Amino acid sequence: MVKATINGVTVQVPEKTTILDAAKQAGVFIPTLCFMKDLNEIGACRVCVVEVEGYERLFTACNNTIADGMVIHTNSRKVREARKTNVELILSQHNTNCAVCNRNGNCALQKVAGNLNILKIPFEKQISTKKSSHDFPLIREYDKCIGCMRCIQVCDHVQHTHIWDVVNTGARTAVDVRDVYRLEDSNCVLCGQCITHCPVGALRERDDIDRVLDALEDPDKITIVQVAPSIRTSWGEPFGLAPEFATYKRLVAVLRAIGFNYVFDTNFTADLTIMEEGSEFLEKVTKAAEAKAKGEEPEKFPMFTSCCPGWVRFCKGHFPEFVDQLSTSKSPQQMFGAIAKSYYAKLLGVDPSKLFVVSIMPCLAKKAECAYPSMVDDQGAQEVDCALTTREVVRLIRSENLSPVAFKEAEPDMPLGIGSGAGNIFGATGGVMEAALRTAYYLVKGENPDPDAFRAVRGMDGWKEAEFELAGTTLKVAVVNGLGNADRLMHALQKNEVSYDFVEVMACPGGCVGGGGQPIHDGIEMAKDRGQILYAQDAADTLRFSHENPSIVAVYKDFLGKPLSEKAEHLLHTDHHAWKLPQEV
Amino acid sequence: MSRLSIFTESDAQKTVEMLYKDLERRITASQPGLCPVDLASSFLHLCHAQSCGKCVPCRVGLGQLEVLIDSVLDGKATMYTLRTIEKTAQSIYYSADCAIGQEAARMVLKGVRGFRDDYIEHIEHGRCGGVQNQPVPCVSQCPAHVDVPGYIALIHDGRYADAVQLIRKDNPLPSVCGLICEHPCEVRCRRTMVDDPINIRGLKRFAVEQEGVIPAPKKMAPTGKKIAVIGGGPSGLSAAYYLSVMGHEVTVYEQRKKLGGMLRYGIPAYRLPRESLDREINGLMLSGFKAITDISIGKDITLKELREKYDAMYVAIGAHIDRKIGIEGEDAEGVISAVEMLREIGDDIYPDFKGLDIAVIGGGNVAMDVARSAIRCGAASVKILYRRRIADMTALPEEINGAIADGCDVMELDAPLRVEKDENGHVAAIWVQQEIVGPIEDGRPIPVPSTERKDLRIPCDRLLVAIGQGIDSQKFGEFGIPLQRGRIDAFDTSGIADAEGIFAGGDCVTGPATVIRAIAAGKVAAANIDEYLGFRHEITTDVEVPPVRFDDHKPCGRINMAERPAHERIHDFKLMECSMTCEEAHQESGRCLHCDHFGYGIFKGGREEKW
Repeated sequence: MVKATINGVTVQVPEKTTILDAAKQAGVFIPTLCFMKDLNEIGACRVCVVEVEGYERLFTACNNTIADGMVIHTNSRKVREARKTNVELILSQHNTNCAVCNRNGNCALQKVAGNLNILKIPFEKQISTKKSSHDFPLIREYDKCIGCMRCIQVCDHVQHTHIWDVVNTGARTAVDVRDVYRLEDSNCVLCGQCITHCPVGALRERDDIDRVLDALEDPDKITIVQVAPSIRTSWGEPFGLAPEFATYKRLVAVLRAIGFNYVFDTNFTADLTIMEEGSEFLEKVTKAAEAKAKGEEPEKFPMFTSCCPGWVRFCKGHFPEFVDQLSTSKSPQQMFGAIAKSYYAKLLGVDPSKLFVVSIMPCLAKKAECAYPSMVDDQGAQEVDCALTTREVVRLIRSENLSPVAFKEAEPDMPLGIGSGAGNIFGATGGVMEAALRTAYYLVKGENPDPDAFRAVRGMDGWKEAEFELAGTTLKVAVVNGLGNADRLMHALQKNEVSYDFVEVMACPGGCVGGGGQPIHDGIEMAKDRGQILYAQDAADTLRFSHENPSIVAVYKDFLGKPLSEKAEHLLHTDHHAWKLPQEV
Repeated sequence: MSRLSIFTESDAQKTVEMLYKDLERRITASQPGLCPVDLASSFLHLCHAQSCGKCVPCRVGLGQLEVLIDSVLDGKATMYTLRTIEKTAQSIYYSADCAIGQEAARMVLKGVRGFRDDYIEHIEHGRCGGVQNQPVPCVSQCPAHVDVPGYIALIHDGRYADAVQLIRKDNPLPSVCGLICEHPCEVRCRRTMVDDPINIRGLKRFAVEQEGVIPAPKKMAPTGKKIAVIGGGPSGLSAAYYLSVMGHEVTVYEQRKKLGGMLRYGIPAYRLPRESLDREINGLMLSGFKAITDISIGKDITLKELREKYDAMYVAIGAHIDRKIGIEGEDAEGVISAVEMLREIGDDIYPDFKGLDIAVIGGGNVAMDVARSAIRCGAASVKILYRRRIADMTALPEEINGAIADGCDVMELDAPLRVEKDENGHVAAIWVQQEIVGPIEDGRPIPVPSTERKDLRIPCDRLLVAIGQGIDSQKFGEFGIPLQRGRIDAFDTSGIADAEGIFAGGDCVTGPATVIRAIAAGKVAAANIDEYLGFRHEITTDVEVPPVRFDDHKPCGRINMAERPAHERIHDFKLMECSMTCEEAHQESGRCLHCDHFGYGIFKGGREEKW
């Protein structure tokens, strides 16, 4: 333990405690800007500088450890002036058009500057004039970047995607795309983690709200909206609503008020994904046994889930040799679009071209996925016309001047508005695996397992492994979340250090609940809490198996036949080679 | 009214003089990877400030060039801009009245030609080709990437054994390097911006001296793989050490009687005492490799036999054969190559030069080594003959000054012409042609024969030739290993094209270089041989580096290494350089700026805890 004094308060903290943490313990708040615990402790913004008695120079609190006997002042004249100057310097290169910034009110720089009572900037404004493409799902506003380097760190160290880097030196040093010149020419997986870790509005999703409003206003269009599982954990956060209040059903009411003709649930197609992907996996296992018996070329394992488009992009860009092991099942978003523009159009008795399908997703990669040339209906039109992130839907609600508090819960439309608890947990790491195992067990044994039998794959660990007995064979599965963990797993597979039968990958830490399209809380990772909401909802649900979803039973009975039928293959499966990443080999 | 007055420097001028010094040091410590176009613009800005303002090309032209280059940097230029820059700079160069404008324009032209690609990259893509990938200057400059800030912090904390352990993770020869490393780590030391670079080598030596008994390294589980290392010099020994630690069974084949290579057979004991070398080698051998000495490849055992007997092979035979000057009479008795003389000394056979006049040909470190050794062998006089100027010698300045202090005469601008033999065929004198220094080519002035000064006859009893070394690579070439001008043609991963399982590194690949480069090659080879054999053993250490100290960086002089006085040291081959004291080491280690933690290091550097 070391003892030190901060602003006159004596604290005793373990060795290696940072000044910042020690100050927190002393009840002293030190402002930070670039800092992000465990991820970006580089002291770049110099906002958290403090004065240490005995030294002329100031030191950053975020990345320096406190030593025994240190006497620290966090609000001395020298500190105040330096801190203020540094924020003023940052502001001199930041386009402070806060009123038209999507981070207005949720901006770390705005907050720091406001708290420091900065009323004017004594420096010349030097704003970057560089612009990025506004067509790509991820947009970089160069004039807002404050060079905190957080995006580089999260891209390098959490996601191992290595898209962002520092380019140039000296005064022209900037954060930009690595190796290529334009983001749209890179193999960016569109996980959006750089956005959720950006302190300001320098990174954002492409805003597609106007396209949705156009469709809503078009009298010839029937608008259909699907809501991804993880949205129900987070959409209420920016309104200050508790998750128990900001439910899926309340969102249904709000979306209806906005004008959507039909409000459905992606949980329905999550269940459908389970039917297809689970059957695909069992078929693969059977084929493998047959091949072994015949001494033929063995099936390649593991099979990988494919519902996360960030992961599919990562696999294509970084591990192309494994692409054929991705499940061919489309993601729930795309299955929904495919079913809506075939089965549901038929139910409504309208031409599919009348339908405008919107999805509300925690994710930017979904914006890219719905626009892949292979994700089209029989008329060649996009199955899903537009994907909005959680943040966009929040902005849509706000721009419609709606107050969610005023809404009562409402029932979604049928038949695509019902999902099981198994579909619900798709939004959290391990959820797809668990849901698949619940149904695989049923398909093999003809009876349901205990719905919690596969809980070993839950939780925030980055790389989870489990073994289950299924029809006399031991299934070895792995679940990874965060592409850094996926990268490690793939390297281990390449070197034959590990072997699995089935692997679930979600690109974002914690799964979709930690998605790059989710509401931003600077410095706080919300995935764990949001994931627990999904599991609690699953536990409370009376419907916990995908195969028991009455709408699933109906869609097979009336339309698809059975899983992996010709029709199912045509509508619900895809070829991952049908489109290419810009730098794909 | 006084007719004359004494010039007194104003306070402003005094300050400017100080700033010049600051800037000089700053440029010295400039990190690699900076945008060259940005630097060109900044240098031009300084050049422009130096203009007296009389003439148009300099007063106006340099400013316009700045505007043009800045437009390149700001992404507002076209290829036409680049042509305008070149044309304008040329006109300024031709028409400026004095060197202020002329040389400024020449700097711009050098840049436009030397890093044209960077100009174009800026014009076409608004980017710079430069990459800042060397965040901790000392660590990146060291070929073996030793954790310099880490071990300096440990030394400052008095944890000397830990400091040496940390060094051994990347460089298994800390004692040797503490004494004779050319310390490229100090070249770009950021402390130079404050005052002077840290004496890194001196601190390393200090730590090693405090270490006590060398602990045996922790060995990994045996792999059953067998590796032959050909050559027991620094590169071979480094590879053998790391490969043994990784659990492989290693045998070193050494041609000479003892291990050490150039460390023993090239570097005289007054710079690297044999006790230190032996202690180091014994420490390395604790890793468990076998050594077979006095064995010649191709004579005692063939390469084919070796290749068949082992799973992999590392060739690190060094550069041990001498080069001839190619002048008349070179075959005279008494003409001795430096390599030959130092080799004998390595086996403790010291030549008796008592009362003899010695001439040395060469201007490199080896020339200084033989010259100073000759003094210690009792020579009556030693003359070092060099065809260029002292300033152009490749030897380190401290070695040249040391040789002079030891009593050697340096005769510059004297090119060897012929060796005069006596009636017994023994060297009687060396004739030299006197040169004058000529035009500069590739940064070095070339010597041109003087038309006025006459050829000189320099009588001598022995002529020591130190004009470079070659590589005894012929047998390897015959075996099918690709050679390039005598050097083994290996990749920078130490692998060799079409020679599976054979790796090479050190002087035999690079040509005569430094010990630290040889060590680094051994380390690289160890990693890649391990990988080749299907493993991925990690070399690491459990030494934990203390947290950084706060410091105000108040300028403080650098502690330099003292040497024994010349009159005393010239009589023996004992270590010439004195150690740092504890007090000195503490002060010197306290000067480290810890670029691993402060600056770009904490962002892109970090600590490589394993390799």
